[in-house]
Amino acid sequence: MPARLPYAYRYLRAKKKFPHVWCPGCGIGIVMGSIIRAIDSLGWELDDILMVSGIGCTSRMPVYVDFNTLHTTHGRALAFGTGAKMANENLKVIAVMGDGDSMAIGGNHIIHAARRNMDITAIIVNNNNYGMTGGQFSPTTPQGARTATTPYGMIEPDFDVCKLTEAAGASFVARGSVYHVMELDGIIKQGLDGSGFRVVEVLSPCPTNFGRANRQGDAVKMMEMLRDNTVNRAQAEKLPPEKLQGKIVRGVFADRKTTGYIERYRALVSRVTSGSEVKK
Amino acid sequence: MSGVPWGETRLVQGNEAVALGALAAGIDFFAGYPITPSTEVAEILAREMPLVGKKWIQMEDEIASISAIIGASLAGGRSMTATSGPGFSLMQEGIGYACMTEVPLVLVNVMRGGPSTGLPTQVSQGDVMQSRWGTHGDHPAIVIAPSDVEECFRLTVRAFNLAESFRTPVIFMPDEVIGHMREKLTFPMKEEICVTPPSAPDVPIEWYEHYHSSATGVSPMAHFGSGYRFHVTGLTHDTHGFPTRKVDEVVAKMNRLKQKITRRLDVLEDNMLHNVEESKVVVFCYGSVYRSALAAQQILAKRRKKVGIFRPVTLWPFPDRTVKELLDGKEVIIVPELNQGQIIHEVERLTSDNVRVVPMHRYDGYEITPEQIVEAVQEVM
Repeated sequence: MPARLPYAYRYLRAKKKFPHVWCPGCGIGIVMGSIIRAIDSLGWELDDILMVSGIGCTSRMPVYVDFNTLHTTHGRALAFGTGAKMANENLKVIAVMGDGDSMAIGGNHIIHAARRNMDITAIIVNNNNYGMTGGQFSPTTPQGARTATTPYGMIEPDFDVCKLTEAAGASFVARGSVYHVMELDGIIKQGLDGSGFRVVEVLSPCPTNFGRANRQGDAVKMMEMLRDNTVNRAQAEKLPPEKLQGKIVRGVFADRKTTGYIERYRALVSRVTSGSEVKK
Repeated sequence: MSGVPWGETRLVQGNEAVALGALAAGIDFFAGYPITPSTEVAEILAREMPLVGKKWIQMEDEIASISAIIGASLAGGRSMTATSGPGFSLMQEGIGYACMTEVPLVLVNVMRGGPSTGLPTQVSQGDVMQSRWGTHGDHPAIVIAPSDVEECFRLTVRAFNLAESFRTPVIFMPDEVIGHMREKLTFPMKEEICVTPPSAPDVPIEWYEHYHSSATGVSPMAHFGSGYRFHVTGLTHDTHGFPTRKVDEVVAKMNRLKQKITRRLDVLEDNMLHNVEESKVVVFCYGSVYRSALAAQQILAKRRKKVGIFRPVTLWPFPDRTVKELLDGKEVIIVPELNQGQIIHEVERLTSDNVRVVPMHRYDGYEITPEQIVEAVQEVM
């Protein structure tokens, strides 16, 4: 164990900011670990990274990591990140958000960040409810599920984070889970390393709120559910449709390598400053 | 027109002067959302900023716009947005965030008739109290109300400078008449404009505190990507920016937020006074109404009636001490406003009962005319 200490000290505000706020059995710490390993394998400098978040359990992540960190208002991480990225193009902007933060209050911002193909990686930890406020339903709460605000079961259909952002124009879209950590490390690395708007949805358990309300058992049980209820794309392609029923597919859904906003803005500036553009 | 026409004389619109003032102040980043009657500011900057390699973006709404300029400012870009009534309401949470996290930015709010969609193309001064208390919680506020096109240019530069030196949002608030009015404007020479340079910490990285407590309450601010890695949160925080609930740290933060304004009122206070000391009757006004008051003063002078004018250019912080000193003891203070009575309560607060404070309201979307002010003065004289 001692051999691992320098690793943690390099990326975490280890002395100052721990213990963290997350409940026992929460998956957000695993996502943080994956992000750190992905960054480490990319060899990025801490000074170049901006981690931006909104409000919620996932959005507490920036306080623990030793990057440039920005904990903003509810739902607005991508808008803050857009400004920061445009003002300093060298920043590698990572937005960490929960399902409520990114899909409900921040829904408008995520579709437009995707449409613009803004050069930000959005890591969305989906635990199917608002954890910090005590387990209310979110736009990704499955139909029928019980939460603090759906005591008789959720009657609204849910959003598919990946389909939504892929349709809106994100250059990279993928889904992983905190059970499949090695795979998640790879997906996040892929999501970080590129241009345009890149989305990684991470399925993660909330045993304190969602799990308890839906009698899904303890944290280990919920982890096993992630193992049993998800399949990766390669597996999914081999499975007959009846066996795919009720399974969530993990993997990369879009990797379009389309031109990001920053590059397009740069091209615009060089076009209008070169004198080729005649202005009225 | 391309860029600021330094030293030249032009016919310029108020909103255009604001945009050119922003360019003169070295704006790096603009984010906005179209809304009448402020749109010209965004349009002119959309044309001008790419030509000098600066960043401009139209966001998906006003919430995104203020969020983007806060992010840009933290990353080292001198930032501004422009909006009006409904958009100003949407930006309130972001204003509070910028106050709390001490991020310099300029927010232009061209006032139109409200509440709600109200009178989008018509004048009002209905946002005066919102500009002071619109966001939740105790917070500092610096608000400037110009009265002519020259001021739209010059005071926009001042707004950027104040934002930088106080590390707080500055609200620049022309009313619709001023925003849309065209006047002759002789631009200064470039070297006549004083622009506060962006701050940078002068301590080693390991000593840096993002919210260091200095004598003025403001310390030099590092930017994201500069090598000084720091945390920013809207949660109440300690001097390093990390969340805290320790009572001494919470109180220290809140006191400093307040005192960085109250200890430097001399820098912020900016009044225009005409015959105040020698007059028994004073018109207290701001924005476009000040123009009508000046005209009224001339009309009344011809009729050998002396009236003073007190105009706060900086609306907030309110010039408490000067108002008390100069106006308490007058016979009558007339307060014409394009609303149902907002700043008048500040004047009433600072004057004793034997001073008659007379309200004068107009909220039908039209300006207060000189004749109306003349009439009001003659009624009390």
